[in-house]
Amino acid sequence: MTFFLQQVVNALQWGSFYALIALGYSMVYSVLMLFNFAHGDIFMVGAYMGFFVATGLVTLGAAGVLALPSWLILALTILMAMFLTSLVGMLVERVGYRPLRGAPRASAALTGLMIGIILQTGNLALLGARRQTFPGLIDVTSYKVAGVIVSNKALIIITLSILLTLALHQFVRRTKWGMAMRAMAYDFAVVPLMGVSINTIALLTFGLGSALAAVAGIFFGMAYPVLEPYMGLLVGWKAFVAAILGGRGSVLGAGLAGFLLGFIEIFVAAVFPSTLRDVIAYSIILVILTFRPYGFFGEPYSAQLRL
Amino acid sequence: MSLLRIDNMTHYFGGLRAVHDYSLRIGPGQIRGLIGPNGAGKTTIFNLITGIYRPTSGTIVFDGQNIVGLQPHQVAAMGIGRTFQNMRLWRHMTVLDHVKLARYARLTYGLMGAFFGTPRRQREEAETEELAYRLLELVGVARFAGQVVTGLPYGAQRRVELARALAMEPKVLLLDEPTAGMNPEEMLQMVQIIRRVHKDLGMAIFLIEHRMRVVMDLCQVIQTLVFGQVIAEGTPDEIRNNPQVIDAYLGKEVVT
Repeated sequence: MTFFLQQVVNALQWGSFYALIALGYSMVYSVLMLFNFAHGDIFMVGAYMGFFVATGLVTLGAAGVLALPSWLILALTILMAMFLTSLVGMLVERVGYRPLRGAPRASAALTGLMIGIILQTGNLALLGARRQTFPGLIDVTSYKVAGVIVSNKALIIITLSILLTLALHQFVRRTKWGMAMRAMAYDFAVVPLMGVSINTIALLTFGLGSALAAVAGIFFGMAYPVLEPYMGLLVGWKAFVAAILGGRGSVLGAGLAGFLLGFIEIFVAAVFPSTLRDVIAYSIILVILTFRPYGFFGEPYSAQLRL
Repeated sequence: MSLLRIDNMTHYFGGLRAVHDYSLRIGPGQIRGLIGPNGAGKTTIFNLITGIYRPTSGTIVFDGQNIVGLQPHQVAAMGIGRTFQNMRLWRHMTVLDHVKLARYARLTYGLMGAFFGTPRRQREEAETEELAYRLLELVGVARFAGQVVTGLPYGAQRRVELARALAMEPKVLLLDEPTAGMNPEEMLQMVQIIRRVHKDLGMAIFLIEHRMRVVMDLCQVIQTLVFGQVIAEGTPDEIRNNPQVIDAYLGKEVVT
C-alpha cells in the first residue's frame, strides 16, 4: 500500500510536466487546428528562461546586492519566465504561423518542426554544448505521511500544476477571449465577422500555452536539474500524445491525459524493467486511442473550411 | 447619401474574373436584393464587402469611409453584419453564447471580472443577456436560449444565425440566401421575420436569394448578376419583365 501511494505521488509529479505542456499543445490544436511541433522546444526555452532568471537572482543575492527570500525568488522566476517565454511563443506564431494561415496543413506542420530545430540548434550555438545546472531554489524538506515520502518541492509542483490547469479551464469558459477561442475551434472563418481579431486570439493562444510550458520547464529543472537543448524533444512528443488523448477542445481533458500519462509510465516502470517502460506505456495508449479515436473528451468533428 | 457605396469593383481569382465592374448604392434602411444563377459571383460580392477577399480594383465606401483593405473583424466592427448561405454556427455552443460572442467588442470586463465577478461584469453580462433575449425573441427562438445549437431544428438554427448577426447592431445586414433549404412554410416565416427585423431595427439589408418570391416580396430594388456582371437593375416588376433576366436566369420555371 505504501509502495502504491508512493508511486501515486511520483506519478502526479511526473504527470505535471506532461499536463502543463499538453495544455499548450491542446489549445493551439483546438483553436487553430495546428500541430505546433515546436511546443516541446518552447518548454526547453521556458526551462532556460527560468534558469537565467533564477541564476541571476541567486547571484544577486550571493553578491549581497539584492537578497530575496527563496520563495520570492521562485515566484519571480516563475512569473518572469512565463512572461519571457510567452513572448517567444507569440514570436513563433507571428513569424512562423501567421504567414501560413490558409496554407496547406502540411506546411504549417513543417513550420513547427523547423522552428523546433531552430530553437534547439540556436540554443546550442548561443550557449554551447555544456549542460546547465538549474539552481536549487528552495531548501528541500521531505515529509513522511503514512510511510509515503513527499517533498515540499513535489507538493509545489503538483499543486501549482493542478491549479494552473483549472485556471486555464476557467479562462476558456468565462472570459470573452476564451469564448472566442471556443468558437474558433468550431468554425474559424465566422469569428472575425463578430468583430474578433483572429490574429489577436492566435497570439493569445500561443502566449498562454508558452507561459504554461515555461512553468513546466522550471518545475522540470527543479526536479531534474540538468538542462540541455534537446530536453524538450521526447517530453514534447509525449505531451503531444496527452493533448490528443485528452480530446480536441478540452482543457481539462489535456490536463487529465497528461497526469494519466504520468501514471501509466510510473506504474509500468514500477512493475516492469525500466527499459521497457515506454514500449509498454505507449502500447497501452495506442490501444486506448483505438477505442477512443477522438480522445477522452473530444467531440467528433470534421475539419472546417478555413480562411 | 449612400450608406454603402461600391464603385466599379472587379475581382479576379487567378485568371478567372469572378466579379466585373460591379457598383451598388444602399441608403440607410433600404432593402436591396441580388439574384443570379449559381456561380454568378453573388457570395463573392459578400466576401469582398466583408473583407474576406480584397477586390482587384474598385472602391467600397461604408459610412463615408473606404473599407477596401480592412480586415474582416474591422469591417464587422464598423457595422456590417452577415449570415451565410451554408449556415456557419459553432457546434456545441449554446444559442446564448452565439449571441454573446457577437457582443465581443462591447464586453470590457477583463480577467478580474471573469474570475471574481466584479460589478462591471455583472452589469455587462446582464445587459448582454437582456439584448440577447430581446433579439432571440424577435426572431422567435428565445425558448432555445440555453440549448446547444446542433440539437435545434434547421429553421431555428438559421434564426440563431440571424440573431447573432443582429447582435452586432449592424447598419447594413448582408443575408446570404436566408431561406436556403427551407420548406415553403419555413420560408414564409423567414420572410416575415426579416420584415419584422427591418421594421423594428431599421437597418439596411442586402439580400442574396434564389427564390424569386422572397426577393420580390422584400426588396425595393433588385440587381441581377450573371457571370459576375450586373445585367439588370430595377424594381421587382421591372426585373420580372426584363427579357434579358428571363432569358439568362429565370428561364421557364419562373416564380417558385
